[in-house]
Amino acid sequence: MDLYEYQAKDLFAAHGVPVLPGDVATNPADAKAIAAKFGQPVVVKAQVKTGGRGKAGGVKLASTAEETEEKATAILGLDIKGHIVHRVLVTPASDIAEEYYFSFLLDRANRTFLAMASVEGGMDIEEVAATKPEALAKIHIDAIKGVDAAKAKEIADAANFPAEVKDQVVDVIVKLWETFVAEDATLVEVNPLVRDPQDKIVALDGKVTLDENADFRHPAHAELVDKAAENPLEAKAKEKGLNYVKLDGEVGIIGNGAGLVMSTLDVVAYAGEQYGVKPANFLDIGGGASAEVMANGLDVILGDEAVRSVFVNVFGGITACDAVANGIVKALEILGDSATKPLVVRLDGNNVEEGRAILAEANHPLVTVVDTMDNAAAKAAELAAAGV
Amino acid sequence: MAIFLNENSKVIVQGMTGAEGTKHTKRMLASGTNIVGGVNPRKAGEKVDFDGTVLPVFGTVKEAMEATGANVTVIFVPPAFSKAAVVEAIDAEIELAVVITEGIPVHDTAYFWAHAVATGNKTRIIGPNCPGIISPGKSNAGIIPANIAGSGKIGLVSKSGTLTYQMMHELRDFGFSTAIGIGGDPIIGTTHIDALEAFEADEETVAIVMIGEIGGDAEERAAAYIKENVTKPVVGYVAGFTAPEGKTMGHAGAIVSGSAGTAAAKKEALEAAGVKVGKTPSETAALMREIMQAL
Repeated sequence: MDLYEYQAKDLFAAHGVPVLPGDVATNPADAKAIAAKFGQPVVVKAQVKTGGRGKAGGVKLASTAEETEEKATAILGLDIKGHIVHRVLVTPASDIAEEYYFSFLLDRANRTFLAMASVEGGMDIEEVAATKPEALAKIHIDAIKGVDAAKAKEIADAANFPAEVKDQVVDVIVKLWETFVAEDATLVEVNPLVRDPQDKIVALDGKVTLDENADFRHPAHAELVDKAAENPLEAKAKEKGLNYVKLDGEVGIIGNGAGLVMSTLDVVAYAGEQYGVKPANFLDIGGGASAEVMANGLDVILGDEAVRSVFVNVFGGITACDAVANGIVKALEILGDSATKPLVVRLDGNNVEEGRAILAEANHPLVTVVDTMDNAAAKAAELAAAGV
Repeated sequence: MAIFLNENSKVIVQGMTGAEGTKHTKRMLASGTNIVGGVNPRKAGEKVDFDGTVLPVFGTVKEAMEATGANVTVIFVPPAFSKAAVVEAIDAEIELAVVITEGIPVHDTAYFWAHAVATGNKTRIIGPNCPGIISPGKSNAGIIPANIAGSGKIGLVSKSGTLTYQMMHELRDFGFSTAIGIGGDPIIGTTHIDALEAFEADEETVAIVMIGEIGGDAEERAAAYIKENVTKPVVGYVAGFTAPEGKTMGHAGAIVSGSAGTAAAKKEALEAAGVKVGKTPSETAALMREIMQAL
């Protein structure tokens, strides 16, 4: 789960990383009041979970409380790369002497963690990495030993942090590592990490990604979820324990296993090209595929108004196809009249003949059984295009 | 032959007495796996009857190995306890640890991987979040259904469980030397490259299917490895061409970040290394079919 900047900074502050004070506003009047409280000038920053806010007009300086209100009015409601701005962070403007970059992240290739640091911060770090790789220090972290003051100094030395602020930077690096570990983060990024004219180091921005697999040991992380910003269908699926991602298409997809479902999306996208239709979602119902899970899955997918047909693609492995077929039949009974879209079902694997026989026997008017994944995808795309 | 797992493998199950452990111990036994016991410190000394096969429960992996000569452990321990279970297996220096558990925090996986490296890599780790490994007709360590395909000469390595099953099903008339699901987490033990290296060295394997998915650059690195080191024909498949940027697609590691980790980049890298890449699972199977028929 990606956090908003203000949430990331709250975590930083809790772990002793220096940040500027600030408050979040959801309307211009509140933004004005915050500016009045802190004194001016202030910076008004769009809170969205994507980069490139500055270029998109999502970060503005305001020299009076009235101007803060104006800037907040301009920023709230902005669409930044598909993310609508619902709140702004209002924070005192700081004088900047130098801008640095720092992050801890996962290093998948080396199966460990990586620290990245540069004294050329502020800009897009991918650009620094591409155009001036020597300016970006990359240091591997031993997941058992972690980062103590000595390791932090090694990182700060490698990135050539200036002597006057090195001790402070080392301290900040250790505290960012504490944040990374204590919060089970997969990314902690500060860009820019700022040196002010008084040589004080401050994390001016913050980006944190938390590992949802670790939620069981972080009950407080549940409060960081922005329920209002969640897609309602994704929220509903999550409540039912389903792995669902809403996409922009017309063919609803249900399958078992993340890889098979991803593959199903691709096959439907290919088949849909000639009809101008695309997959409407990712939905992995896992290995079980019981009637209840199938009914919950169909319920979520049919709640998507864009969906015009549904492709159920199940490989009977641990759960045999007859059980899956029974699940589909019972799911349709449970849904009753709320199931209105055609279903294309492809079953393969264990007990496939029995499974197909059950569906043939049930002879449900909405269900078409097709033998192969490719043909079933083509049928589902055709039905979606027909808009039945 | 076969890789990592064969007819001589003696298997123990960590978490054998839990719901998943019980279910899959039965299934592994039914498919002919030589399971010699389970591990659960709270039930040490007990015996469990699996449809007539009575298996002892040991307090530790080390005790189980000393008593039975086990060299493989399959781990079904819940996520909160998986780190300790894998570290215990590593400390006991068991040859192979297959970590089925889904949902292990990545900091825990990074920790046990670092522990394995620090202690000299004596234990091969497969997973986590994987279906395990099967050498059909010889042994089955994990949850891959044993009746999909029999033994043969194709080696299969895949990030995805159900795509493993799908591909085994499509090519069931040829059969497999070993099929291994390496798991969909961002940090995993055994990689595509490790499996490719082993299949290249395995006399029984004549051709290899490699299945990848979005996220990370494991497929790109495997492509570079294939170009330099693999002489056997390799057919590839990558899932997730239509996955949007920044969304996790079921597997914790399946995410396109910016322009990195896309299926298109992986396909391109594999093709540049001379690997034939199918657009769909069935096309991939057809490519392998052509190769097998020509051999």
